Amino acid sequence: MKRFIGFVTKEFYHIFRDKRSMFILFGMPIAQIMLFGFAITNEINNVNIAILDKSKDTKTQKIINKISASKYFYIEQEISSEYQIESIFKKGKVKAVLVFENHFVKNLQTQKQAKVQVITDATDPNIANTITNYVNAILQNHTQEINNTNQPAYQIQTQTQLYYNPELKSVFTFVPGVMTVILMLVSAMMTSISITREKELGTMEVLLVSPLNPLQVILGKVFPYIFLSIINATVIVVLGVFVFGMPIEGSILLLAFESILFIITALSLGILISTLSNSQQTAMMISLMGLMLPVIILSGFIFPLSSMPLPLQVISNIIPAKWFIIIIKAIMLKGASIEIIWKETLILIGMTLFFIVLSIKKYKIRLE
Amino acid sequence: MSIQVQNISKSYKDNFAIAAVSFDVKEGEIFGLIGPDGAGKTTLFRILTTLLLANEGTATVAGFDVVADYKSIRRSIGYMPGKFSLYQDLTVAENLSFFATIFGTTLEENYDVIKEIYVQIEPFKDRRAGALSGGMKQKLALCCALIHKPKVLFLDEPTTGVDPVSRKEFWDMLKRLQQRGITILVSTPYMDEAALCDRIALIQKGAVLKIDTPENIISKYDKTIYDVRTKNTHQLIQDLKEYPSQYSVYAFGEYIHYCDKTDDFNSIELENYLKQRNHTEIEIRVSKTSIEDIFMDLTTLNQ
Repeated sequence: MKRFIGFVTKEFYHIFRDKRSMFILFGMPIAQIMLFGFAITNEINNVNIAILDKSKDTKTQKIINKISASKYFYIEQEISSEYQIESIFKKGKVKAVLVFENHFVKNLQTQKQAKVQVITDATDPNIANTITNYVNAILQNHTQEINNTNQPAYQIQTQTQLYYNPELKSVFTFVPGVMTVILMLVSAMMTSISITREKELGTMEVLLVSPLNPLQVILGKVFPYIFLSIINATVIVVLGVFVFGMPIEGSILLLAFESILFIITALSLGILISTLSNSQQTAMMISLMGLMLPVIILSGFIFPLSSMPLPLQVISNIIPAKWFIIIIKAIMLKGASIEIIWKETLILIGMTLFFIVLSIKKYKIRLE
Repeated sequence: MSIQVQNISKSYKDNFAIAAVSFDVKEGEIFGLIGPDGAGKTTLFRILTTLLLANEGTATVAGFDVVADYKSIRRSIGYMPGKFSLYQDLTVAENLSFFATIFGTTLEENYDVIKEIYVQIEPFKDRRAGALSGGMKQKLALCCALIHKPKVLFLDEPTTGVDPVSRKEFWDMLKRLQQRGITILVSTPYMDEAALCDRIALIQKGAVLKIDTPENIISKYDKTIYDVRTKNTHQLIQDLKEYPSQYSVYAFGEYIHYCDKTDDFNSIELENYLKQRNHTEIEIRVSKTSIEDIFMDLTTLNQ
């Protein structure tokens, strides 16, 4: 036990004295969560638009008021002819133009329909799409209001309700995603680098020629990172909850348990990587290429898995991060209990055991 | 016997690193492995410190087999690898206490073993190991290897990259450790350090050329070596090589070492020969044979 404490103390010295590790450990999680939370977002707010109202009657005015009252749009200017549309798009002042046709009220009364054209600047397809959807929603809402007073004969109403994330906040998917990426990075990359560093510096030779057995060396190396990863996970969750209003519907204890499980999965992967590489460079390359990319792309963090080609969907099953993201989303957003996520949990436990057994088999008690 | 090596061979792919090496080291002896870089010294050290497995042969250290009892060996030896292998980001004191803890001891408990060496680096105990000078690093590494009172000490080229004064101090320390009954296996590429060992093995290209005490190796050497010097050193080497009965010619410090094939070598004849070839300020005298001369002879014969 004394040996273990001595070893762990030494590891902490290494970490706290290395500015790079300190940055990766503590700067990165905060920077990432802030970036994803504030900068990268699919929501729109105060988008500049222009109005071309050819009718200028009471009805169009009412709709325009309604649009400008919403927090999503800001009416930058009103234009008077279609020729101006291109030029204002080119100047980049507005992202969309709403065109009301001539005789709007008259058409509505005589033909029971009138047209609004939504022209968007699709150089940014996501924003264009979102703007169209938002405008549609506002207009539909308005139509319903008119219909309610007029009572037409038949009508099918869609009533949309968004469960778990009613405002479609992107931060709800980014917090679990960032947490997964950070835990993977810290646990797997940092441990594999710290173990290979001993090999590279030649200190592993001295450690091997000591009474320490492999298990003690590995545990001593890994323990500080378990501890630091838990701190990291806590920081991310706290930021998510207090800065971005992310809910924790389920049990915090379960969340903690699952996070520790995932940290151990990542650590065992890190150990495995360190048994396969002899230099810090290789360990870093394997961690970045072999872990980070799949974690970001194939885990469902940014790109939905269900819309991927089948082979990729199959491959995604072997990525621990995928299961962890399912688990924490279920706990935080849906309030799921262990009865619901036992399958994913078992998969993670299985993967962890597999990695640990493989690393123990691969761990060398000698130099070759 | 403290170390027994029998017919140990080790090859990497098709290259022999060491081939059928055998030697014994008695208890309390300083045994030197003398040979140039690439002779297989480090490989041999790693086999004896249980870090590598030999392809053939057997070896024991402190009575334990290097393969079967590797755990017992790891508890009873101190090893100082060729590369400086302490934690550069830890201070002197932290390095020492770390190695003390992993060997299950403390600095206080075995202070008497390392005292003499430690007092020299104690003023710098709060300095990071990476900021120490070469000689200081060596002393620290030796302290760390000794902290658990090992029976056998393995030092792989401990004085490489260390200044001459520190090298001398280092060997004085080894002599004192020897008096404590610690067996020391040390390797070095410096031939002048060979004379400081009790017995040496000259190794070259993975094979042992000779094992004996340094004195015996020198006294048993049957050839006479001559120091030769003239004004034009470069031309001298050329001309000596063309001398009919030459056996070996090589530069050695400010002199050229010359060895003749025949027993009835006459230095006057050589002097005349050199005069004919327009050499001036000719100086020829019998040289004091050194380990290096013998090593040169053995390796040229070996080729």
